[in-house]
Amino acid sequence: MSNISAAFKKGKAFIGFLTAGDPDLGATEKFVLEMERAGADIVELGIPFSDPIAEGIVIQEADLRALKAGATTVKIFELVARIRQKSQIPLVFLTYINSVFKYGYEAFFKRCKEVGIDGIIIPDCPFEEQGEVKEFSHKFGIDLISLIAPTSEERIKKIAAEAEGYIYLVSSLGVTGVRSEIKTDLASIVDSIRPISSVPVAVGFGINAPEQASSIAKIADGVIVGSAIVKIIAKDSASGNAVKTVGEYVKKMKDAIK
Amino acid sequence: MASGRFGIHGGQYIPETLMNEIQNLERAYLHYKDDAEFNTELSALLNDYAGRPSRLYFAKKMTEDLGGAKVYLKREDLNHTGSHKINNVLGQVLLAKKMGKTRVIAETGAGQHGVACATAAALLNMECEIFMGKEDTERQKLNVFRMELLGAKVNAVTSGTQTLKDAVNEAMREWVSRVADTHYALGSVMGPHPFPTIVRDFQSVIGKEARAQILEREGSLPAAVIACVGGGSNAIGSFYNFINDPVRLIGCEAAGLGVDTDKHAATIAKGTLGIFHGMKSYFCQNDEGQIAPVYSISAGLDYPGIGPEHAFLHDSNRAEYVPVTDEEAVSAFEYLSRTEGIIPAIESAHAVAYARKIVPAIEREKSVIICLSGRGDKDVAAIARYRGRGLEE
Repeated sequence: MSNISAAFKKGKAFIGFLTAGDPDLGATEKFVLEMERAGADIVELGIPFSDPIAEGIVIQEADLRALKAGATTVKIFELVARIRQKSQIPLVFLTYINSVFKYGYEAFFKRCKEVGIDGIIIPDCPFEEQGEVKEFSHKFGIDLISLIAPTSEERIKKIAAEAEGYIYLVSSLGVTGVRSEIKTDLASIVDSIRPISSVPVAVGFGINAPEQASSIAKIADGVIVGSAIVKIIAKDSASGNAVKTVGEYVKKMKDAIK
Repeated sequence: MASGRFGIHGGQYIPETLMNEIQNLERAYLHYKDDAEFNTELSALLNDYAGRPSRLYFAKKMTEDLGGAKVYLKREDLNHTGSHKINNVLGQVLLAKKMGKTRVIAETGAGQHGVACATAAALLNMECEIFMGKEDTERQKLNVFRMELLGAKVNAVTSGTQTLKDAVNEAMREWVSRVADTHYALGSVMGPHPFPTIVRDFQSVIGKEARAQILEREGSLPAAVIACVGGGSNAIGSFYNFINDPVRLIGCEAAGLGVDTDKHAATIAKGTLGIFHGMKSYFCQNDEGQIAPVYSISAGLDYPGIGPEHAFLHDSNRAEYVPVTDEEAVSAFEYLSRTEGIIPAIESAHAVAYARKIVPAIEREKSVIICLSGRGDKDVAAIARYRGRGLEE
């Protein structure tokens, strides 16, 4: 059983996202360890990109802060290797395809395996373009996590049929970011995935409050929270409180989905 | 692998949320491009409204001055709204209407595509929103007001470098947020498939007319077709009908302060293979794949990538891509104004500049065609500033 599937066997999974290197790589290490301690089951590490077209303003700004502070793909791999000496929490990269392409597909996935990355999400690499990536993600045993959107309709079938790790179900149209309300009929999308795939379904985009997380956990296997965590990091890093407040937030969210 | 490849370039590297829509767009386009009624409507718009066919003008004084091949200017600057952008926009907005869309969004650099889009939206009763880098809204204030006058909402984009690349980012983010009633009328031969093909087809009217016009005037094909390249829509439109002919195809990239500085937008000269804005192509970027901030005096060429078909024409050596600096372009802007009484867009002036370099060495009995993709009224204030004269716009 992969590290990722094991994480979903312990009940509903809380998946936390943060941008690697925001505000610096040392802080990211502390956040990841604290998130695990507070109950996170999987951590998604964003590799910062200059032009993240699927992100709302919160993560766009985090990416720019991280790049400005000197984060690079090479250094992020080193960060993962350091985290792995202290923690076995499943780690998933969220990266735009150009970062992977420029590193070299084979070299990138080889390095993922070396440092202990479990999965990868590439928001600008839809099903039809996954072939060139899959050749190497499979070779090195990294789960390529696919997204399903409210607009996917009949595409759900083919995406789910080849899903690995978990399915990232996008809660609503638009880019990442905190939303007060999610109107998509997620239950019916989850229902259409179940007969095709036994891979767990986690819902992300817009989730920030415990009540939202709790109601989504009733229909899905996990909840993914990104912008809300990145916001806390942006707000509390200067005062030095961010590790503590991120931990408190993750605990509150995890408790809500138990 | 998805469809829409030009050699290794192109593809559909976009968020899942847009995939169904982009496949709907491809289906709709494949249906309507051969639909007689659609083509009749589009031809009527292009001819009666936009003023096609555009003239192929023999630039007699420029020819005499350069002392080489005969210089012809394909006068896209005389189209309604002042540039070639209207060709693509009328096609796409009409297509969007057939698809049942009620709203169009678009990015714009210099404002030419935004103005064309706002114009077509006004004519065809569509809601219209334009995304424009904040820096460009300041460089091109008149075009901002022009778009508003035409009923469009203009959003100044404050992220990133606040130029064309960021306007595309923001238009894509908007499209992901509201896709059911909205068509993204991409303005160049870039982005995910099918845009590079759709835009090329709608722009290929330029070269189709020019080929027939030069054969009628000269009885022979030109030695070269020269056009400026940012994303590359007027260039591919000019080149496409000459691809199977023994004609040099030359794309002029914006070299800004020079390709040996970090202030340029010369994608073929200095870029590397990458995947961005939905396509595999060449981009100005660093070793880690972070997209570089690019620079050109011309807002319309100030883009870090190039359309995938151009990348392929470069790979296969079918077309040449050459860098032209700000200084060369400004000098050509002034030259054409004085010599022919035609003020070209600063984008098109890049093509004029390169023609000045090569035409003297081409035999007098031959001809070259320069695509004059737009008119220069929008640039007058910026050129005055460049020459150290402050002008109020």
